Amino acid sequence: MIRRTLLRGMFAAALLAAAWGLTPAQAEDDNFIIVQSTTSTQNSGLLDYLLPMFTEKTGIEVRVVAVGTGQAINNAANGDGDVLLVHAKPAEEAFVAEGNGVERFDLMYNDFVIVGPSADPAGIAGTSDPVAALQAIAASGATFASRGDDSGTNKAELKLWQAAGVDPASASGDWYRETGSGMGATLNAAAGMGAYTLTDRATWVAFENKGDLEIVTQGDPALFNQYGVILVNPEKFPSVKADQGQQFIDWLLSDEGQAAIASFQVNGQQLFFPNAQ
Amino acid sequence: MQDLGGAFAQALWLIIELDRDLVEIVGLSLRVSLSAVLLAALIGFPLGAAIAVARFPGRGVVVAALNTFMGLPPVVVGLLIYVLLSRAGPLGELGLLYTPSAMVVAQTVLVTPIVAALTRQTVEDLRGEYEEQLHAFGVGAGGLVATLLWEARLSLVTVLLAGFGRAVAEVGAVIIVGGNINHVTRVMTTAIALETSKGDLELALGLGIVLLVIVLVINGLASGLRSAVAQASHV
Amino acid sequence: MSEAAAIAGSVAPVRTLAGGSAVLPIAGEGLVVRRGGRILIDGIDAAFEGHGITVVLGANGAGKSLLLRLLAGLVKPDGGAVTWAGRPPDRGRALGVGFVFQRPVMLRRTAIANVRYALKAAGVPRSERDAIARRALQDAGLEALADWPARLLSGGEQQRVALARALAPAPQALLLDEPTSNLDPASTLAIENLVGLAREAGTRIVHVTHDLGQARRLADEVIFMHGGRIVERAPAQSFFDGPSSGRAQAFLEGRIVL
Repeated sequence: MIRRTLLRGMFAAALLAAAWGLTPAQAEDDNFIIVQSTTSTQNSGLLDYLLPMFTEKTGIEVRVVAVGTGQAINNAANGDGDVLLVHAKPAEEAFVAEGNGVERFDLMYNDFVIVGPSADPAGIAGTSDPVAALQAIAASGATFASRGDDSGTNKAELKLWQAAGVDPASASGDWYRETGSGMGATLNAAAGMGAYTLTDRATWVAFENKGDLEIVTQGDPALFNQYGVILVNPEKFPSVKADQGQQFIDWLLSDEGQAAIASFQVNGQQLFFPNAQ
Repeated sequence: MQDLGGAFAQALWLIIELDRDLVEIVGLSLRVSLSAVLLAALIGFPLGAAIAVARFPGRGVVVAALNTFMGLPPVVVGLLIYVLLSRAGPLGELGLLYTPSAMVVAQTVLVTPIVAALTRQTVEDLRGEYEEQLHAFGVGAGGLVATLLWEARLSLVTVLLAGFGRAVAEVGAVIIVGGNINHVTRVMTTAIALETSKGDLELALGLGIVLLVIVLVINGLASGLRSAVAQASHV
Repeated sequence: MSEAAAIAGSVAPVRTLAGGSAVLPIAGEGLVVRRGGRILIDGIDAAFEGHGITVVLGANGAGKSLLLRLLAGLVKPDGGAVTWAGRPPDRGRALGVGFVFQRPVMLRRTAIANVRYALKAAGVPRSERDAIARRALQDAGLEALADWPARLLSGGEQQRVALARALAPAPQALLLDEPTSNLDPASTLAIENLVGLAREAGTRIVHVTHDLGQARRLADEVIFMHGGRIVERAPAQSFFDGPSSGRAQAFLEGRIVL
């Protein structure tokens, strides 16, 4: 008798729990958008700073999926998201050209910096030319940690190697180490093995495990890092919340949104510079 | 470099403070993983027992496949579920991607083979002892499966624990199908991954210790359940 | 068939608690079992009906236990066929043929729940199971242990529970496979008493044993097996007085039979 009662109880409990796990947390609340974005905007704290302002003003909740730019673009190209906020202009333009996005807008910029161990085996500390810096790293055989994940930063880095006339892939596994992971993980790896790496300034400033690393090269126009924002095409993906998504983009591009971006600081430093047209 | 002592202090502080965000994250972790394990049990117990009892051509292949699926990489499961649930995928209409439901589905896929394979082994061990007697009672295949599952109930609690441990500790699947969205799909492991990528290793480790404490508590509850079952039904 | 009928005496009323329809006579015709090139059962014809106890004797490897399993429908013969009341054994009538194994198989629950399990399998309505189970344990002198976890009982107690469990559905036939070979004399006596009660109740019993003393105490009829064949089948009295085969003679005298 105990057995039957217990079995039934267990079965009912299992079904209940399963139902519990499968029901949406907010059953009726559909007033949210999904933004496919990059780790730099999230890890630096920018989005945590901006989104509550927008939500308070409009009542629209913003759910951020923060992945590498490459993955964010792929996800959005599958219709999994309403807004794309990344930093790889050519890839973004291709995204729009393929009909996946409505229109691309410049949103803000910051810059990339090369960071490296304080011992500076390549002797590039204090320089500003990233191309010369990478050539010096390759020549000295000092370790360089690459994202290697098709992210915006990774794309920018590969462009710089190309300009430097170095094929880092041929040294992969030797002095050129591809971590295949996000900016944070790559910085952790660089700190761990005393390697140089290219990072966006926002992630760098907010990063808490710098270890022995410091900025060695910065300030060249070639290190410019432009962010863009795109509404995913609702004609191609009917599930896209075009209205709310557009509201978010409009707000980001408005004077109010741009001012909010400019006012975001970490350790007293401004990390993103609004430049909407 | 941050130190381990700092991590323990951080963990202790997180627990004492009972930070609201932390409670939410822990709650979601438990909700997702417990649901997944219970669903896996609903599928895996009868499936494993049926394979243990049945004799059919190709059974060895099925058993080998089941044992292999125990080692399914979470990332692969995550990708598979992502492809299914993506708006561009066959089940996109359901709008489940980036919700806790998607995470439950992914973890269920991950855990069911573990539950089924361990159940198969446990029940098969018992079958040798009981099969002839139960046949003498005229018990059919369905009754054989049900009886052997019940006879194995104590071991099955441990099977559930193994499944739960796997589910609650994995990050690869939930981060892909859940998206690690703050207040929506952020669980313990994805929060740890996030803090690691921010370079806040102390907080990441602290969260890891909290996760261990939770698993420890669940284990304690399960062993309590085990002895309750043992006492209630005389083993 | 005729020998079995000869010892049957008056035919006991068929009780139909278990299985509903009749299982007697239990018959095997031309039974053959081969395993790995060896012939374990070599052309056996035998039928059991009426009531009384048939004791199956023989050395290890004679095929006694295997014959019992064939009759119970637990093992399929490679040749020949077993029938219960003229039809092949089926699940629906399984509880009409009780079986007690050499080693009792106790489910992980109380003694009485073990008995209730068999009654449930026999299709006895839930409301009647407890009373019938309690009576079966009482008959076995186990009422005080009814609510004990079965697997915590001693070997002898477990075997008595197993016998009570087999008898609770009131089977028409009871097959016993050396039920007392691991038990002490007191437990053996308790089992023998219980078997005697079942016999009086009209249950047809086939009892495999090594124990000559037990065979003398219980048997109405004896089957002596050797090498997978039935060498001799005779009323108990005449068998023990003077078996017709040399092998049985040797067995009775305690000589090694090859």
